[in-house]
Amino acid sequence: MSFNRRAFMGTGLAAATVLSAPAVLADGHGKPRVVVIGGGAGGATAARYLAKDSDGALDVTLVEPSRTYFTCFFSNLYLGGFKQLSDIGHTYGALAANHGINVIHDWAVGVDRGARTVTLAGGAVLSYDKLILSPGIDFVDGAVEGWSVAAQNKMPHAYKAGSQTELLKAQIMAMPEGGTYAMVAPPNPFRCPPGPYERVSMVAHMLKANNPTAKIIIADPKPKFSKMGLFQEGWAHHYEGMIDWIGEEFGGGNVSVDPEAMTVTIDGEETAVDACNVIPAMKAGRIAEVAGVTDGNWAPVNAVDMSSKADADVYVLGDASQQGDMPKSGFSANSQAKVCANAVRGALTGSKVFPAKFSNTCWSLIGTEDGVKVGATYEATDEKIAKVDGFISQTGETGDLRKATYEESEGWYAGITADMFS
Amino acid sequence: MRWGLVLLAVCLGFAGPGAATEPLGDTEAGAKLFSKCKGCHKIGEGAEDKIGPHLNGIFGRAAAAHEGYAYSKSMKRAGADGLIWTAETLDAYIEKPRALVSKTRMSFPGMKDPQDRADLLAYLRAYSDNPADVPEAEPTATGTDHDLDPAILALKGDKEYGEYLSSECLTCHRADGSAEGIPAITRWPEEDFVIAMHAYKQKLRPHPVMQMMAGRLSNDEIAALAAYFKDLEK
Ligand SMILES: Cc1cc2nc3c(=O)[nH]c(=O)nc-3n(C[C@H](O)[C@H](O)[C@H](O)COP(=O)(O)OP(=O)(O)OC[C@H]3O[C@@H](n4cnc5c(N)ncnc54)[C@H](O)[C@@H]3O)c2cc1C
Repeated sequence: MSFNRRAFMGTGLAAATVLSAPAVLADGHGKPRVVVIGGGAGGATAARYLAKDSDGALDVTLVEPSRTYFTCFFSNLYLGGFKQLSDIGHTYGALAANHGINVIHDWAVGVDRGARTVTLAGGAVLSYDKLILSPGIDFVDGAVEGWSVAAQNKMPHAYKAGSQTELLKAQIMAMPEGGTYAMVAPPNPFRCPPGPYERVSMVAHMLKANNPTAKIIIADPKPKFSKMGLFQEGWAHHYEGMIDWIGEEFGGGNVSVDPEAMTVTIDGEETAVDACNVIPAMKAGRIAEVAGVTDGNWAPVNAVDMSSKADADVYVLGDASQQGDMPKSGFSANSQAKVCANAVRGALTGSKVFPAKFSNTCWSLIGTEDGVKVGATYEATDEKIAKVDGFISQTGETGDLRKATYEESEGWYAGITADMFS
Repeated sequence: MRWGLVLLAVCLGFAGPGAATEPLGDTEAGAKLFSKCKGCHKIGEGAEDKIGPHLNGIFGRAAAAHEGYAYSKSMKRAGADGLIWTAETLDAYIEKPRALVSKTRMSFPGMKDPQDRADLLAYLRAYSDNPADVPEAEPTATGTDHDLDPAILALKGDKEYGEYLSSECLTCHRADGSAEGIPAITRWPEEDFVIAMHAYKQKLRPHPVMQMMAGRLSNDEIAALAAYFKDLEK
C-alpha cells in the first residue's frame, strides 16, 4: 500500500499541467520566467516557493513598491499596544540573498497579456512565461458617502498596514477624555472578516487603560459578523458599556461621513467623533483590473491552481482573487500561493504536480491573553475552492485555553512571516 | 546569561545536587506525572531518544550534552553558555521551559505546582547515575499507547510528496525546528510522527486545528510528511 503516483495523475489538474509543460519549455531561450506582482502574503510566498523549490531552474522576479512590508496581521495588536510597529515590518533582503529572487521595488502599471509583458512605473518592461498577481485590495470609489482616498489622513482606513496604522493609533491616543471613536465597517466580501472586530477589541483595550470613559461606535452594514458570539462575549467581559455595535437592522449601513467636520451620520443621526476609522467596500488591487482579469470587483480563478479564468498564463492569489469559500486572509493567501507555485513550477519545469489542498486559520485577540480562532480546510472542485471541514473557538472557554490560543497565534505569526520572507 | 542565578528552587527546600540523602519529592507521584512527558521522553533501562532525548542520567549533565540527539540551536547555546541540569535548573525549566531556554524543541508549557515538580524531579533523579539512588524498581518507560494498524506504521513515505505537503504545516510550524507557542515537528522519529498524526485524525489528541488538518490526510500522506520532517535540518 505504498504511495501511488497514479492516484495523482488521475486528477485533472496533474494531467493537464504536466501535459502542457513541453510546449512552454520548447519556446524561447534561457530559463522560464515568472513575474510576481505584489510582495505580500500571497506574492512573497509564491516567489519564495517557486525559487526555493526550483533550485535555480526558474527566473523569478518579484515586483513590490514597498521596501518594508508591514503585515496587516497583528497590526491590530500594534493598535492595542501589544506589538511595536517594528515587530510587524519585514524586508525582502533574504528572498534575494537566500533564493536568488530578483526583487524590484516599483509599481506594475501595465500588463500586456498578448505580448506577455509587464510595464513598471519606472519604465522597465518585464517579459514573463507565467504571471502571478497578488496585489491585495483597493477600495470601491464612493462606497462611503463623504469619504474618498483623499480623506484617508483625516479618517484613516488602516486596512493596508504601515503609515495608515500609525496614523490611526496617533489619533486614538490624542482623543480627548471621554471622546468617541467611530468605525465604519465594510460590507462582505472584504479582507480579514474578523479584522474590524479584533480592531475594536484592541482599540477598547487601549482606551480602557488610557481613556476609560471614551466610547466606541461601529456602523456596520451587515446583520452579523465573523466570530460575533465570541467578540460580543469578550466585549461584555473586558469592556463593558464601552462598545456600541449598530448593525444593519438599526441602520448601520446607512452612513455618511464628513472628514472636515469630523462627524458621522448613521441612519440620519449625526454624531461628532474624535477618531474615525472608515473601512470602505473593497475590490481587487487595481493592477488586476488593468490586466483585464477581473469580473466585477474581483478576479475569478480556477480552484485547482489559482489560474485566472481569463488567461491560463496568469494566476491571481489572495484577497484579489474570487475563488469560492476561503476568507480573504493572509493564511489563505499563503496557502493558495503554495498550490499555485507547485502548479506553475510543474508547468514550466515538468516537476511533479500534487493535488491542491488549502487551509486557513484566523486567530483574533480580544483582550490580554484572550485569544480565539476559527479555521477550515478546503479542496478544489470544478466550480470553486470548497470548504471541507472547520472549527471555531467556543464561548465560555477557560482562561488557560484562551491564553494558549493567543500564544499559538504568536507562533503562527513567527511561522508565516518566516514562510514568506526567510 | 548566568545560569547560577536560577535559584528559584531554593524556597522549595531542594537540597540540590550532591546532597542526595534528602529526597526531592515522592517518586511514585513523580512516576504518574511523568505521563505528561512520556509522549516525547523515554527513561529507564534501554530508553532511546524519541521526539525528545531520553532522560537517563540527566542530573549533572550539561544542556544539549547527550550525543546523538539533534538539539535545537537554542539548547546548544544554553549548553555552551554553561547550563548544567541540576535540581534547581531542572525545576526552573520544568516550571516554564520557555522562560529558561526559549525556542527549543520542547513544546511543554510548564508545570505550575512546586510539589508536582519536586515529585517529578525525584522520579527523574532515580534514573540518574548516582549509585545511592539507582532504583531496583522496574523501568516505567513504555511506548505511547495506540492501536494503529501495523500496516499503517509500516508504510514508507514519499519524501517528495512530503515536501509539498509540508508547505501547509510550515505556515505555523517552523522549518528551523524551534517551538514558540506552536510545537516543533522536525526530526521526530517517523513512528512517533505517524502515531501523533493518527491520534489527531482519530480525535484522540485534542487540538481543533490539528484534528482538522490531520483529518483529511490519508495514511500515505501522513507517512510522506513523517518521512520528510524526519530529516529536515536547517
Ligand atoms: C487589520 C487586519 C488584520 C488582519 N489580520 C489577519 C490575521 O490575523 N490573519 C490572517 O491570516 N490575515 C489577516 N489579515 C488579512 C491579510 O492581511 C490579507 O488577507 C493578506 O495580506 C492578503 O494577501 P495578498 O497577497 O492578497 O495581499 P497583500 O498582503 O496586501 O499584498 C499585496 C502587495 O501587493 C503590492 N501591490 C499592489 N499593487 C501593486 C502593483 N501595481 N505593483 C506592484 N505591487 C503592488 C502591495 O504593495 C502589497 O505589498 C488582516 C488584515 C487586516 C487589514
